[in-house]
Amino acid sequence: MVAGMRQAPQAETVIEVSGVCTRFGSAVVHDHVSLSVRRGEIFALVGGSGSGKSTLLREIIMLQRPQAGSIRVFGREVLDLDEDGALELRRRWGVLFERGALFGALTVLQNVALVLREHTDLSAELIEEIATLKILRTGLPASAVHKYPSELSGGMRKRAGLARAIALDPELLFLDEPTAGLDPTSASGIDELVLQLKELFGLTIMVVTHDLDSLWRVADRVAVLGEGRVVGIGTMEELAQADHPVIREYFYGPRGRAAREQAWKKR
Amino acid sequence: MEQQATSRYGEAGAEIGVEGALIRCSGAWTLRGAAALEAQLAQQSWPSAPELRLDASGIHVMDTAGAWLLHRTIASMRNGGRRVQVEGLHPDHRTLLDTIGALARAQQEVVEPQPDGLLTGIGKEAVTKARFALRFLSFIGESARAMLRWVMQPRRVRWRAFLHELQLAGFNALPITGLLAFLMGIVIAYQGADQLRRFGADIFIADLVGLSMLRELAPILTAIIVAGRSGSAYTAQIGTMKVTEEIDALRTIGVPPLDLLVLPKMLALTVALPLLTVFADIVGVLGGMVMASLQLGVSSNDFLERLRNAIDLSSFMVGVGKAPVFAAIVSLVGCYQGFQVTGSADSVGRRTTVSVVQGIFLVIVVDALFSVAFSWLGI
Repeated sequence: MVAGMRQAPQAETVIEVSGVCTRFGSAVVHDHVSLSVRRGEIFALVGGSGSGKSTLLREIIMLQRPQAGSIRVFGREVLDLDEDGALELRRRWGVLFERGALFGALTVLQNVALVLREHTDLSAELIEEIATLKILRTGLPASAVHKYPSELSGGMRKRAGLARAIALDPELLFLDEPTAGLDPTSASGIDELVLQLKELFGLTIMVVTHDLDSLWRVADRVAVLGEGRVVGIGTMEELAQADHPVIREYFYGPRGRAAREQAWKKR
Repeated sequence: MEQQATSRYGEAGAEIGVEGALIRCSGAWTLRGAAALEAQLAQQSWPSAPELRLDASGIHVMDTAGAWLLHRTIASMRNGGRRVQVEGLHPDHRTLLDTIGALARAQQEVVEPQPDGLLTGIGKEAVTKARFALRFLSFIGESARAMLRWVMQPRRVRWRAFLHELQLAGFNALPITGLLAFLMGIVIAYQGADQLRRFGADIFIADLVGLSMLRELAPILTAIIVAGRSGSAYTAQIGTMKVTEEIDALRTIGVPPLDLLVLPKMLALTVALPLLTVFADIVGVLGGMVMASLQLGVSSNDFLERLRNAIDLSSFMVGVGKAPVFAAIVSLVGCYQGFQVTGSADSVGRRTTVSVVQGIFLVIVVDALFSVAFSWLGI
């Protein structure tokens, strides 16, 4: 998350997934899934329920292991990293979980400060200042800073989770369903925030989402998972032209149509 | 100005130079080097001129941490009554600095909650405790009423849940209860053997083991084991269900949570605990018997013969009769604490601790009350 480097010389690959196979018992989730994410883009992963989007995300961030294949992040193979290497990588990315995953025993401020305290040697005062900035940055009101997660609404909890995800100024951000369960205003607030982060810091963002409006608004490229594979990859416009049945079902269902028309109108 | 993308990560090393009224900032102003930068800024002496120029053209990387430090430095100079002109900032860094500046204003509004004073603390604690007692009382009342409904209409009893709980709290607790009671019997016999031998009263080992086991130790031991095993489980289960809104779901479906979650547990424990106590009686005495024959050479025949004379039905009933009361305490406290969980996983942990501590505490207090009452009644 470093400002001023927006035009990287050429699109460098940040995440490279190739030939990933995942099985749960006899159920095949991924059958040789391959895709790559370039620096500075917002890359969306979509697909029906059970298509393995979240599983793929969890595999990339080293919470789960696939049976076969290779996953490279910042050029390093995550499947055979030692602990130090894993820590080094984890420091470079932030993750927003679907339900925020804030630590319930800590206030919002303490949640964000925890990350800074673990990874830097800054003074307690500076940590608190930076953590407060990050929280306000996500659009949370000043009154929420010292509250506990259980005292916040769902949308606020998600913002707090995002504040924690960007605490270390990461280069790479993973968002799992960032707008799910939010009212339209909060959802578009999150969309704008994500766009701002990308604009200002050249962040690479990988997002798993079901929200078609959000896809049209923020995603540079989209990969559609279905039948255990990547059935389509490209911009929303390109995918809207594709004729794979899974993609057509996704984008030409009643909701997909409405979101598309909305998006065209805005252009 | 543009940096090679690959070298961005991990870059640190900000530099500050002062030439007259000109401050030159350069290098990488990032979180990585923020600790060193913070120390450097704290020591840096700034020129005393009323009008300063800050040349930031040498800053090639900046993130929020760096921008905040820069903002903080400039703000403190301006607060000192000096004018600061910032020059040469990369447009993106300028945007970042402006964003940080706007947020810094909002930061002023954050009010840190003040910790309570001693008197306020005591007052709040007293009110909390009083509320707890009141709510616990009403919980007992509600449970009793629901239980009465069950007795009036036995068709409403959830037998499946009851049997399930009976297995969990009763049958599955047999091994641990047996083992501990056996060991307890051994310990008592072992401790008593030495004293009794001195008086040549070896045979009274049966009295010692039999009475202490049946009247006191077996019921208390079993109740404590069950409070640790089942009371904690009740709190954790109900508490987690509360966090995941399952309790609310039950209400909306029209199933009173009390009916499904509390009553079967209470009923099952009231049945299981006396049975476990009888089991502990037997195994505990057995342990004492084994020890008596090993240490004092009292044969099992003599031991049993003596035991028959030493204990009567009332000793047995005094012990077993306490068990249902203990069962009610443990299950009520466990379930009540479960319903008191709010919000988070942390709360589940805290409530579970409270449930076990309070359960055991109340069991021992009530046991003491029983002792006093029995001695009055001459039982």
